Amino acid sequence: MYPCLPEEGDRKGRGAVNSSSEKQQILISGVGGQGILFITRLLAEAAIYKGLPVLTAETHGMAQRGGIVMSHLKVGGFSSPLIRPGKADVLLLLHEENLKGHLYYLAHGGIVIANSVLRPDGTEAAKVISIDAASLAKKIQQPKSANLILTGFALSSLSRIGNRPYCSPADIRAVLCQKMAGRDKILRASLDAFDLGMLRGQEAKI
Amino acid sequence: MIGNEAMARGLVENGCSMALSYPGTPASEILPGVVKWKTELSLPIHIQWAINEKIAFEIAYAGSIAGLRTVVSMKQVGLNVASDPLMSAAYMGSKGGFIVISADDPGPHSSQTEQDSRLMAMFAKVPVLDPASPEQAKEFVGLAYKLSEAFEVPVMLRPTTRVCHGGQDVELKDVKPSDRAAAFKRDPARWAATPKFRYLLHSKLNEKLSAIAANEDTKPRLLNPDTVSSTAVITSGVAVAHTQEIMADLGLLNSVALYQVSQPFPLHSAFIEEILGKYERILVIEESAPVIEMQIADRHKVKGRLNGAIPAAGELLPEVIEGILSKFCAISQPELNIPTTVGRKPSLCAGCPHRASFFAIKRAVPGAIYTSDIGCYTLGLNLGAIDTALCMGASISQAAGFYQAFKLSGKDTDIVATIGDSTFFHAGVPALIDAVVQDARFVLVVLDNSTTAMTGNQPTPATGIDACGNPRASISIEGLVKSCGVKFCRVGDPYNMPRFTKLLKSAHRHSLEKGLAVVISRRPCLVDKRVKEVKRERIDVAVSSACDGCSYCIKQFECPAIEFDQAGKRARINQLMCSGCGICIHVCPKKAIEKVEVQ
Repeated sequence: MYPCLPEEGDRKGRGAVNSSSEKQQILISGVGGQGILFITRLLAEAAIYKGLPVLTAETHGMAQRGGIVMSHLKVGGFSSPLIRPGKADVLLLLHEENLKGHLYYLAHGGIVIANSVLRPDGTEAAKVISIDAASLAKKIQQPKSANLILTGFALSSLSRIGNRPYCSPADIRAVLCQKMAGRDKILRASLDAFDLGMLRGQEAKI
Repeated sequence: MIGNEAMARGLVENGCSMALSYPGTPASEILPGVVKWKTELSLPIHIQWAINEKIAFEIAYAGSIAGLRTVVSMKQVGLNVASDPLMSAAYMGSKGGFIVISADDPGPHSSQTEQDSRLMAMFAKVPVLDPASPEQAKEFVGLAYKLSEAFEVPVMLRPTTRVCHGGQDVELKDVKPSDRAAAFKRDPARWAATPKFRYLLHSKLNEKLSAIAANEDTKPRLLNPDTVSSTAVITSGVAVAHTQEIMADLGLLNSVALYQVSQPFPLHSAFIEEILGKYERILVIEESAPVIEMQIADRHKVKGRLNGAIPAAGELLPEVIEGILSKFCAISQPELNIPTTVGRKPSLCAGCPHRASFFAIKRAVPGAIYTSDIGCYTLGLNLGAIDTALCMGASISQAAGFYQAFKLSGKDTDIVATIGDSTFFHAGVPALIDAVVQDARFVLVVLDNSTTAMTGNQPTPATGIDACGNPRASISIEGLVKSCGVKFCRVGDPYNMPRFTKLLKSAHRHSLEKGLAVVISRRPCLVDKRVKEVKRERIDVAVSSACDGCSYCIKQFECPAIEFDQAGKRARINQLMCSGCGICIHVCPKKAIEKVEVQ
């Protein structure tokens, strides 16, 4: 069994943290079938777990069939579920070809975390940190877990450059354990993928 | 939870006894949300995916006449189908609380139109509530039931995509299972009203509307009551959420009054007087039609859609609203530089049986007029196998129409109609009967993947299970087709490409010589969780050196698992995407796609 739920005392109550520094806007971009919805909900549940108000906007229906899928995640005191251009703190990019199309959402000084074979040095507008999550996912025999690898990588690499995310890897692990309670095999696989990304984030050259 | 799940929770918290729907984005997750709570808490609720929205409406409405709280949910174009009972139900009114949830899709993201259901409410003369967030959508369910029972009128709840598929932390209240028993009080002057009585009912409805326009619970709210201003912004729906955040960012909340209208129709009469008296300039921001704006008869002070201050089409994204507000309040804004990149087109899944069907149709009856319908398979457009897609069921009636038009002109033309199984049940059957009776000659291919795939794999009448997963009667599509009077009705498997193409050719011959021919293309949807357990032999494929890079497979078959290798100047298989259906082996004219053994 995976010991992943922190002690009850570690859990912050609803609304306990709500300073402006906890406000974060994250755009998650990819194509249908990459598990964008899954990580959006995972990150949103981590916010609820931390007692932070959260808003999301998802893509459903026809667009999901292999087309571009984009999720908005806003943590902290917002009222609109959508991120405006130039306001995203982080762009989580599962499909690197979306970079050109979605970069305009990124705030000045915002960071792109990309699932990419290449290691783009970034553009004039943004710093890009990348990991080849798709190949790593294949390597651990879980081709569909690139989304979790990228999420783990994002959380650990972002905190290294001072862009502290609203939740920690431990929070995500706890939420995964909650979500997948009773399904040990899939939980183990998910945690493995997430941890792999997290470790790579700690070691990545930034 | 997302807005649809929040509304589902609102329904069980408010004692809903019957919940009906036909799936359609962005409304599809409401019913499964109710199923979840029914199952978890053993609630006494009748939950049903109906054959179409009209039937769903009528079943839920009867429940209301019997005194129960009921709901019917659908997407906005579904309301077109249910508009017949809506218009009459407005006159006759309801007994138990009756909510019509019609989810709009400004954009549109996954719909045929950007129509505004609030206009339909206005047309039918029923009140409509317009929530700004998932949490409010849940709250408005309770409000709608209260309103419906207080005035004995159906109440429309109109969320938009951003509310339906927006997610939020939502506080849960206690679930109150209904303890009402159904009862029917005979009243033919109301429930079976003839035109003379309809007139009386209409007058009564007008009286109800006047009273609702003064209802305290649903009157517009001033969101920044401490602000003294001569300018006001009036919003409803998710535009409230966008506007509030943008006004805060632009520092306008202290200088401009911001109102939320939760009941856009009927707009509160006192509110109209109040704002016209109080403010010099008024901006109305609403999606997608000027419903609130039109009810403010004095136009001198009002800016909105009717005078071009708000774009007449497209979603009111926050950046659009920011531009509108900046202009209205004379704030200069840096020009936005939004790239107009062409995104990836949505595409049928790798291994989708529809792709195989479309490819076979193009081969068997090349150059025909291809009428089609609404569903995943509308993406057959990418293969050039679809010429028309109008609305639910129209593939069959349009095929009949083309046949009659060309016959009149003495010209022969080949016509192949394609329709999904769920769409066939929804609106295809009457069209098929009509075509048979009128001897319209074409080939109809029913793309039977045993599910309503596009909206999340809801069951069809043929599936044999209900919304909660319980066994139900299963209606045979071939039985139905035959009893519609069709003489040629065969079932084929599109995965067997040579045999299926042959079947289509014989159907085509029959259609030319004898009459309408129907082919049922049967192969379950790959993403349907119910059929995933059935193991299928995987056929691994690879591209051999015979490939000369002609791109025929990419253009004509359009499978996401076949890519063009720019360096090698030829096609290659993306093994990660490939489902192992093996259909592409039959596609390549150079026979360069081959079956291979993979260790």
